Amino acid sequence: MRITRTVAGRSRRAAVLVTTGLTASALLLTGCSSDSDSSDESSDANGKITLTVADFGQFGYKEAGLFAKYHELHPNITVKEDTTAEEKNYYPKLLQQLSAGSGLADVQGIEVGRIKEIVDTKADQFADLSKSIDVNDWVSWKEKQATTKDGKVIGAGTDIGPMSLCYNSELFKKAGLPTDRKAVAAKFAGGWEDYLKLGEEYQKNAPAGTYFMDSASAMFNAVVSSNAKQYYDESGKAIYKDSPSVKQGWNLAAEAADKKLTQGLAQFGDPWKAALRKSTMATVVCPAWMAAQISDAAGEGNKGKWDITTAPGETASNWGGSFLGVPTAGKHVKEAGELVKWLTAPEQQAAVFKATGLFPSNKGAYDLADVKTGKLPYFNDAPIGEIYADEAKSIPETVLGPKDADIKDAISTQINNMEQRGTSPDKAWDAAVDKVDKVIG
Amino acid sequence: MATSTPTRDAYVPPPRGSQQTPVNARRQMWRSRLWRFDDKASPYAYIAPFFLVFGAFGLYPLIYTGWIALHRVEMTGLDQMEWVGWDNFDRILHDAEFWTAVTNTFVIGVISTVPQLLVALGLAHLLNYKLRASTFWRTVILTPYATSVASAALVFALVFRADGGLLNWVLHFVGLGHTNWANGEWTSKIAISVIVIWRWTGYNTLIYLAAMQAVPSDLYEAASLDGASRWQQFRKVTIPSLRPTILFTIVISTIGAMQLFGEPLLLEGGAIGATGGTENQYETLSVYLYNYGWHLGHLGPAAAVAWAMLALLLIIAAVNWLIGRFVRKSAV
Repeated sequence: MRITRTVAGRSRRAAVLVTTGLTASALLLTGCSSDSDSSDESSDANGKITLTVADFGQFGYKEAGLFAKYHELHPNITVKEDTTAEEKNYYPKLLQQLSAGSGLADVQGIEVGRIKEIVDTKADQFADLSKSIDVNDWVSWKEKQATTKDGKVIGAGTDIGPMSLCYNSELFKKAGLPTDRKAVAAKFAGGWEDYLKLGEEYQKNAPAGTYFMDSASAMFNAVVSSNAKQYYDESGKAIYKDSPSVKQGWNLAAEAADKKLTQGLAQFGDPWKAALRKSTMATVVCPAWMAAQISDAAGEGNKGKWDITTAPGETASNWGGSFLGVPTAGKHVKEAGELVKWLTAPEQQAAVFKATGLFPSNKGAYDLADVKTGKLPYFNDAPIGEIYADEAKSIPETVLGPKDADIKDAISTQINNMEQRGTSPDKAWDAAVDKVDKVIG
Repeated sequence: MATSTPTRDAYVPPPRGSQQTPVNARRQMWRSRLWRFDDKASPYAYIAPFFLVFGAFGLYPLIYTGWIALHRVEMTGLDQMEWVGWDNFDRILHDAEFWTAVTNTFVIGVISTVPQLLVALGLAHLLNYKLRASTFWRTVILTPYATSVASAALVFALVFRADGGLLNWVLHFVGLGHTNWANGEWTSKIAISVIVIWRWTGYNTLIYLAAMQAVPSDLYEAASLDGASRWQQFRKVTIPSLRPTILFTIVISTIGAMQLFGEPLLLEGGAIGATGGTENQYETLSVYLYNYGWHLGHLGPAAAVAWAMLALLLIIAAVNWLIGRFVRKSAV
């Protein structure tokens, strides 16, 4: 009988082992697919909830103290912000989270270069905001960009980026150029060609180790943005190869690189920030949101050295600007929608403008004193409200495409190669076409 | 199990002749059959968990990746798959960037693996001497391997930075000018190799050391009696004894080099890192795959790259095997 027991014991042990093994692997398998929701940390028994806002770069809400204010108005709601420094690192993550349907914040920022792709492919994962906000409050083209064919609005416009030019008046003075806003603007009233001529003039007498502009790709961007047609045509076909605006921008960038007017630093990177701190760049093309980036990077030590004037050329342009969308996968879709409505209302947009210079997209904000007579102390009290509002009026309605931002990045990288590595324009253009075709896929 | 089998057979009770009833005999047979079944089947049950997990996390992704490679799938719409056949393979094989990545992977692989293994061999030889606190040295030599790729790459990124980087500062100090390490065709590859060498040398050293200690000491005694110097002993005794181990480390390092990912991705980081530099000067195959799939969002070609990498690895393995056979033959 001993033996029988042993056999039974053995096989039972084996059975136990097998079952444990199976359960363990089954657990592993299912553990992977379930969302591992950390049991709803976002609300507690008292109905207090935490809304998360995921964004990139600078949205200005923290600077304007808006989240704290919202908490005062709604004591049961706390807002947490999760910011990614660079948008091009933020967006792929957002796409992955949308595909997985998990990891999303209650409110997600979406950049204008991406809005078309989101509208085309991911609209069903965002709440329709058209019922809570009035799209007519926005500048004419802004909310159209976030509207699907069947009229669903998936994002409320935050800022827009009317273009100006930021210049370091101290460096201008040292190079023997005028420093007055109007006089500087007059130098390149004819357009971007004049701007490059001014650059040559600057480079002749400039302090050693300084450059006229930070990066030619920024200028390329500004030039392209001043046209209605950029990388795509109305039918959604990518036309960047023959697009006149792209060609013009590219040629200007190649010229700037060739004449060594640029320091060739990729914008927003650490070397770029260090260069601003050391004041080695005389001009930066300045969409409204750029001012905050400059003052941030250049630091208190350079306060008052910088100034802002209108951008070269007659045509207004818009570069950048974002939207706030509410993913339906969030736990507090309704509350998040209300937060978005409040954040994009005129008063709040004006507060953000006052704090950081991000220019409102909500028309109602233009009549508010903070915007109308807005000045930036850091930039020698430049009357930015006036400068940007003038510009904003004539911004053309642009044709967006799904891969605008990626195409822009791919071309910018090649412009950077011309500046930094001395790649010939032809070779760089071929590389750009190659990369862009890969992007479009 | 092999050792238990004879023991158990020995325990089978001896037949009791005619006294045994047929029922008992049948039961006996049933039991022994059960044993035999247990003996044969339960080992499979014991190893089954591994194969289940491997099937779920190894084989299934492998096959599914192959399936994706034959489709057009976008990150923006994972549920929409469109059959395209071999198009994705066609696309990557006609992409100059793919071949740049292949070349880079091999170049970085060679300039990181060869010095690494040589240094490891030398270090192992040194550690094999009688040393004070030898355990301490052996532990220290393994610490780089224990650091994460991310932190190592980030630290080295600071060392190799063009502006204010430690290395440039030192070079400047001795009057050797200024190098933009990440920007250059060769300097960037060297920078990455340095990170790889730093991380993996200790690991290989310990493997060599273990193999060296298995070399019988009589061989060395005999050699020294014959008047062989330390260097001659190293060359004529140590190296031949280490041949299989050296081959093993070459295989492991090759696989590692093939999959090199974290170091190039993090050298500059961000979007530039994802394309392996502004002119793909240090883009490896893994980075190329990552960029295609996760940055551009085209999962089809990315999956095709994964399969191309597998094919390359198999080719390398075959070459390794042939060399190994040749080495073994010539050693006899």
